[in-house]
Amino acid sequence: MPESDPIINQAFPLPVRSPWGEAWLRLMKNRMAIAGLVCFSAITLLCLLAPWVAPFDPNAQDLLKGPTPPGSSHWFGTDTLGRDLAARTLFGGRISIAVGFAATLVAMTIGVAWGAIAGYSGGWLDSVMMRIVDILYSLPFMIFVILLMTIFERSLLLLFVAIGCVEWLTLSRIVRGQMLQLKTMPYIDAARALGVRRVRLIIRHIIPNLLGPVIIYSTLTVPSVMLLESSLSFLGLGVQPPDSSWGSLINDGAEKMISYPWLLVFPSIFFSLTLFSLNFLGDGLRDALDPKSNSA
Amino acid sequence: MFRFLISRLLQTILVLYLIATVVFVMMKAVPGGPFSQERNVSEHILQKLEEQYGLHDPLHVQYAKYMWNITPKRLSPRALLAFDLKEGLGIDFGYSFRYEGRTVNQLIAESLPVSAELGFYALIIAALLGISTGSLAALKQNSSWDHIPMAIVMIGICLPTFVLGPILILVFGFWVPEPFRLPVLFWEPSYDAPWLESLRYRILPAMTLGLYYAAGIARLTRGSMLEVLGQDYIRTARAKGVSPFNVVVKHGLRTGMIPVISYLGPVAAHLITGSFVIEYIFMLPGLGRHLINAALNRDYTLIMGTVLVYAAILILFNFIVDTLLVWLNPRLRLRSNA
Amino acid sequence: MGMTRRHILWSLIPQGILLSLFTLVFSSCTESRTPVEIASAQGMLLLGNGSEPHGLDPHLTTGVPEHNILHAIFEGLIAYHPTDESAPEPGVAESWEHNSDASVWTFHLRHDARWSNGDPVLASDFSYSIRRILSPALGAQYADQLIVLKGAEDFLKGNTTDFATVGVEVVDTHTLRLHLIGPTPHLPGMLKHNAWYPVNPRVIEAFGSIDSRESDWTRPENLVGNGAFRISRWVTNSYLEVLKSDTYWDADRVRIKGIRFFPIEKASTEEAAFRAGQIHYCSNIPIDRIEFYRSKHPEVIRFDDYLGTYFYRFNTTRPPLDQPLVRRALTLAIDTGLIVREVTRGGETPARGFVYDGVSGYHTPGNIAFDPETARRLLAEAGFPEGSGFPKMDILINTQEAHKMIAEAIQQMWRDHLGIDVGIVNQEWKVYLDNQVNLRYSISRSGWIGDYVDPITFLMIWTSDSGNNQTGWSNHRYDELYKQVLVTGDPGLRNALMGEMESIFLDELPVAPIYWYTRKYLLHPDVKNWHPKLLDYHPFKFIQLEPTGFRL
Repeated sequence: MPESDPIINQAFPLPVRSPWGEAWLRLMKNRMAIAGLVCFSAITLLCLLAPWVAPFDPNAQDLLKGPTPPGSSHWFGTDTLGRDLAARTLFGGRISIAVGFAATLVAMTIGVAWGAIAGYSGGWLDSVMMRIVDILYSLPFMIFVILLMTIFERSLLLLFVAIGCVEWLTLSRIVRGQMLQLKTMPYIDAARALGVRRVRLIIRHIIPNLLGPVIIYSTLTVPSVMLLESSLSFLGLGVQPPDSSWGSLINDGAEKMISYPWLLVFPSIFFSLTLFSLNFLGDGLRDALDPKSNSA
Repeated sequence: MFRFLISRLLQTILVLYLIATVVFVMMKAVPGGPFSQERNVSEHILQKLEEQYGLHDPLHVQYAKYMWNITPKRLSPRALLAFDLKEGLGIDFGYSFRYEGRTVNQLIAESLPVSAELGFYALIIAALLGISTGSLAALKQNSSWDHIPMAIVMIGICLPTFVLGPILILVFGFWVPEPFRLPVLFWEPSYDAPWLESLRYRILPAMTLGLYYAAGIARLTRGSMLEVLGQDYIRTARAKGVSPFNVVVKHGLRTGMIPVISYLGPVAAHLITGSFVIEYIFMLPGLGRHLINAALNRDYTLIMGTVLVYAAILILFNFIVDTLLVWLNPRLRLRSNA
Repeated sequence: MGMTRRHILWSLIPQGILLSLFTLVFSSCTESRTPVEIASAQGMLLLGNGSEPHGLDPHLTTGVPEHNILHAIFEGLIAYHPTDESAPEPGVAESWEHNSDASVWTFHLRHDARWSNGDPVLASDFSYSIRRILSPALGAQYADQLIVLKGAEDFLKGNTTDFATVGVEVVDTHTLRLHLIGPTPHLPGMLKHNAWYPVNPRVIEAFGSIDSRESDWTRPENLVGNGAFRISRWVTNSYLEVLKSDTYWDADRVRIKGIRFFPIEKASTEEAAFRAGQIHYCSNIPIDRIEFYRSKHPEVIRFDDYLGTYFYRFNTTRPPLDQPLVRRALTLAIDTGLIVREVTRGGETPARGFVYDGVSGYHTPGNIAFDPETARRLLAEAGFPEGSGFPKMDILINTQEAHKMIAEAIQQMWRDHLGIDVGIVNQEWKVYLDNQVNLRYSISRSGWIGDYVDPITFLMIWTSDSGNNQTGWSNHRYDELYKQVLVTGDPGLRNALMGEMESIFLDELPVAPIYWYTRKYLLHPDVKNWHPKLLDYHPFKFIQLEPTGFRL
């Protein structure tokens, strides 16, 4: 990629002063973004409270009952082994959202560190680090995730790490881009000239300005991670039964959707609502931090 | 411009060799031999097989052989048109470990054209859908004309493809009245039929694949159009009374498309190398299935071959995109030559 | 802003056009018949065939999908009968006889049997082929099918390299005589198996030596067979096509033009293909669709008896699975009746023993049944009261929906009745087979289909030598009994010996039998002469396609 990425420069211009308040106001005007925030928070809360809210044990089988459509006792119906779908959806949500956040956190940590160091150092270190990113970018990450999942013992932690290791690349590029711009800002030079120590410089001046794009991009990474987890479930490499994630529930549901449509409908609604919410929120954040937006 | 091209070419070659080395190292580090067959093959047979595949040579010899095998040694454009890497470029990836008697070259030559063709159709659908939606959304920001079309397009990334695919199959394969039904799987008809018939088989997979990328394109278009439309020279044009349509098409799109083109580079590469899920659901003999199956099966030679082809295509497309960008945006030209 | 409605609509047009464009323009100007209707008219049989074939070497393949293709392009001495799985249909051998105690069999090959390259099929070809599969270097998994031949075991083990010691006699160009180790009245049934198929020596030698595994001879452009069909195209991951062979001796009887085998792995995809009229035969019905077809379209769904057992293998080399008490406890804690009624729902029979009950008049002495109290007691006796202290282990399955459901049900049953916790790990087919063969598992889901209609094919896999054992279990008395069975001709005595073998097996339970298979599939009414067979072998030379205009 060319050294200065036009989209990064144009999408995240650096504010001269910190206009968090302004950005917040702009965000509030974006109905969909706020709807997304509310929706996502509601779903997350519901899933967090699953052990108290769910009417049944998600793993309690009732083979004689088998799959039943939604009704008074089972609001979302039951699956082919007689397990309550509502409970499985809520508990599955815990895992999916956890994977989303944890993997994004892993990606954020690696990506921000990498990009910041590369951008700040400049010179040959920057070149080498970004070349490595280029090389990794050219590799089909699915293969490595699969290899990782098949070599090591299956566990949730492995899932977080494997997915996180794959998503950090773009974030590092974005952070590096920001760093490069920041370095040239006059007030950074001024601070240095005034003798502000490096650590303080980083904490007080650099990080707040990196925060914007990092938040935006991370918000947009979570849905991507959740989709990746569902693809892994499709390949049979997701969470181990009897645990469920939205990905594995949707997988099951998709196969049986003609016979038992509720198995697909309910987990899909939760899954796609979450993804929609996060996407709109992320887009809204991006709009909000862009002062050149049309409606300003 | 010329210096730019040459320097990028050399960089590309270096990167490709580095990638090959990375893949080689990973293959050697992965535990589990490639030869545990379905029967307890006796020790000395195992030895014989491993010798045949050169697994007993010292590591640096293996590496050298491997590097030599994947280095292009000749150039035959005619063979390349048939995707024959062995004749066309002298690259030999060896025999597949899991598909008996078939070479990796052969597997790639069979499957790459399929994925590429499908990717092409999907790209057209994605671009048309994405750009139109994104432009519209940008023009009417924060209104219903922004949110609703964007939401529809975003279905592609808010539902996994293995759900979208079956849903589309259900709708267009079973629910739609008889004459309008589309075939639900396979790449081509299973009986003697005119060529046009084959296209019908590719519609559903192309639509499903296209929907996924349409979302990204729409978003980008919207974002960069917003950017561009806020520029002063656009305001000037509007103030001068240029019609909104002209504003969008003549002035906005040209600059607005730059980030989209940038994004399309890797997207095109991904489309060409195929999506495993689509190919699996619709039973298409594409490269995506080989990529994933190779990893699932621990088919080492196939992994190496497909990863290298994937990387090469991705890098090639990045290169094309960069060249396009530099040509479109003169400012970048100066910077990269500096 | 000044944007008029008109302009907005303009921008929306591309979205709408795309959708309509594709469906309308391409759909309306094409065929109104379904693919199956067209294929029936053209004489092409379209079959769903499970998974992508790994190879086409008759001496090396082991899977069902490969075998379905093999018996179309190769033919052994004895072929499959159209209706009766036990009856021998003359193949390359037009007649045969045996001596008084059925230990020496003489086969008369027909003179018009040809290979697809025009060569005549000779007795020496069979001799060469037997030598090939018995070659130790080839490492053929089914080589032990031929142990009934005199001297075969020694040759296979490498104790001798002189093939003349093996009981295969080429009497003349078209007469083959087999000398067996003992009375073997059921030999014709055994000869139907692909381990006994001939290969063309000249073709093999052209691409490698007699015992080289990696050779190009099985590539579609090189492969030479002697069956009713010849291979025409093989597109990996898409289909394998065979066309009627003009060199086949009975070509006049073959009514269809060709067959396409589609490696559709996912049951739901295969069923969708059938419903959309794109294949004649769906080999794997998803469990949730059984009821639909049973009630709404009984004319297309079939439930045939199928000689096979579904079971869970135990790795007897891994403690605590090395204790028979533990294995028995695990077995008795599975409610097999509940599984076949509520989970698999295909009319399967819960397995009381291992050998399919009623095969050739043999009845299993087994009486395995769901018994949670005994199971708990046994587990406590083994040292794990209420499951405490029982190590966490995994059930290995290959990636398929039905296996996953059964595993989850059993996982829960073990938790409920025994208090133990097991995980479920699924793996891709080849990797799963790998791990099973190399004993890298604790518990593994397995299935065994009989190779021919005789109880011994269920029992011979558990001998110490058998490559299909894969549990680490061995029993000296069991092996001895097997050797006796091999040389016993009297059916009553034979059944008694086999009964004793199975009793030993069921005492030790290196596996947990779960159910006896039913073959459930969907077949389009256009396909004629497709009869229920115990081993699901449907000889394609008898199949006919009659366009009936049937639509779901």
